[in-house]
Amino acid sequence: MVKNFSRKSWATLAIFGLLALVPPIAHAFDNAFLITMFNRALIYAIAAVGLDLIIGFGGMVSFGHAAFFGIGAYTAGILGTHAFDGSDFMFGWTGSNAALVVWPLAMLVAAFFGAIIGLISLRTSGVYFIMITLAFAQLFYFFFVSLSQYGGEDGLSLWDRNTLPGLDLYDRNTFYYLCFAILLAVWFFLSRLVASRFGRVIIGCKQNERRMRALGYDPLLYKLVAFCISAAIGGLAGALIANHSEFVSPGLLHWSRSGELMVIVILGGMGTLIGPVYGALALFLLEESLVSFTEHWQVILGPILILVVVFFRGGIVGFLTGNGKASVKSGDDHG
Amino acid sequence: MLLFLEQLLNGLQFGVTLLLMASGLTLIFGIMNLINLAHGSLFMVGAYVGATAIAHGSGFFLGLLAGIAAAALTGMAMELLIMRRLYRRDHLDQVLATFGLILFFNEMVSIIWGRQPVAMNTPDFLSGTVEFIPGAPYPAFRLAVIVTGIVVTGLLYFLVMKTRIGMWIRAGASNREMIGALGVNISLLYTVLFGFGAALAGLAGVMAAPFSAVQSGMGENILILTFVVIVIGGIGSIRGAVAGALLIGLTDTLGRVYIPDLMRLWLPPSVADGTGASLASMLIYILMAVVLAFRPRGLFQTHG
Repeated sequence: MVKNFSRKSWATLAIFGLLALVPPIAHAFDNAFLITMFNRALIYAIAAVGLDLIIGFGGMVSFGHAAFFGIGAYTAGILGTHAFDGSDFMFGWTGSNAALVVWPLAMLVAAFFGAIIGLISLRTSGVYFIMITLAFAQLFYFFFVSLSQYGGEDGLSLWDRNTLPGLDLYDRNTFYYLCFAILLAVWFFLSRLVASRFGRVIIGCKQNERRMRALGYDPLLYKLVAFCISAAIGGLAGALIANHSEFVSPGLLHWSRSGELMVIVILGGMGTLIGPVYGALALFLLEESLVSFTEHWQVILGPILILVVVFFRGGIVGFLTGNGKASVKSGDDHG
Repeated sequence: MLLFLEQLLNGLQFGVTLLLMASGLTLIFGIMNLINLAHGSLFMVGAYVGATAIAHGSGFFLGLLAGIAAAALTGMAMELLIMRRLYRRDHLDQVLATFGLILFFNEMVSIIWGRQPVAMNTPDFLSGTVEFIPGAPYPAFRLAVIVTGIVVTGLLYFLVMKTRIGMWIRAGASNREMIGALGVNISLLYTVLFGFGAALAGLAGVMAAPFSAVQSGMGENILILTFVVIVIGGIGSIRGAVAGALLIGLTDTLGRVYIPDLMRLWLPPSVADGTGASLASMLIYILMAVVLAFRPRGLFQTHG
């Protein structure tokens, strides 16, 4: 156990160290575009680490996490649009472009809708939960498609990146390290959270909900809070991706985006929190190298995913720590 | 009133397509405890192969058969190569592997058929209208889809509930080891069953092809709607699948027609059309949320 723990610490240190070195390496190779590319992976990693909290620890397989990603992105997009043209957003408020206002708000809005979705879907589990979260994400997808006031299907361009006192978010390095710091903070917060009493209850609910209820806990409440935290982190990542690409569109909420986030979690190793960081990096590197190889890269990526699921259990971190144990069906939750 | 009847039939026709998808998915899920996202890909394979065969002059029935056979063979290959390794795995693994399959199939069809949608015409002998409600001629093809769907679902019910194979299937669902020990070749049964569910998806695909663009990604749109059907109806319940499919088919079709009209009563036309259209596309998901808020396990919940 101690040996595994230290190997996991090494894995954590290695990936964060590597990510910290990306900008200097990119400059050394005179290829600043690399920073932008890795920055995207960083932002997806943030959302995926948040998703790992509920999939890996809480056993809630959310197939609709792109909804929160999109909600966060649209919060930034819509508020930014109003701040730019000075038009009224709501109750005389003309939006905002300040990161310290927009980003927490993106988290709050995502958490709010997370609470609504969670309240309805957490009363079920297993396959029901997968299907229901997927369907709710579709609801939001169609909502933003039909939101013609804010670009509808074509999406919405951001006029300005958000502003943060003392930092220039247009600077590649600054924005990269800011996202890196946020990833570190989110990872640290969640690592502490899953080690806390709250985290123990969540893990207990995954293993045996009835037992937790007998011990006097209310599983629904704990799961709902975890779901909202995960949604809020998704919203934050959404606000960051809006700033990164300076564009938001319903594509951010497409069901395949939810699938992609799940792939990142599993590929990296679920229930490890550091796994999704590996997963995000691996998926993006894989995509980039396949794209350079053929336009039809998905025809190769698909079978690779299948092979990973069938033969490579435990993900990358499971492989690195020699802890790639099989995921066996836990309980018969469909009835 | 006549328009309403016509829309009612359109809703029924859409519901029947969903029902074919939902029965295949429920069959596979209920019996093998496997969630198959690539069920939509089988729908797509059926539509592509059917439309292509018909475009090359195979005639409608041969094209229909080709679509069904292609979907069934693809399904059985899927089961043999991948799915049987996943029966005992977590649902999460199944979702992920079948997500990989979706990526593969969607890209594969655009390699073979290109990115442009393929069109399919209704066959000549069904291109007319039938006036079985006086004063409201209804397209014969749509009527044929409704009849086919109802007949096939009836046959399926008969097969599962009244025949020996159906008995094996139901027995295998409750105890796989036991039915194997009694001398039934359960792996073969599962492969055949998977092919059967795939054939239903292929049938739905060919029948839906004239109404929708045959293109990469078409399978997932219908798959997600099928999930909504199953969730509303209750997993594993055939009655639930029927009720859910009709409810979703009717709600979606009638919603798209009447909600913009209704909104015009309160809002200026330009706003009403936009809001109405958006509300219509969200309607079935709202319906799902309402149903689940009161009955978390669906309308016809099995297993208490």
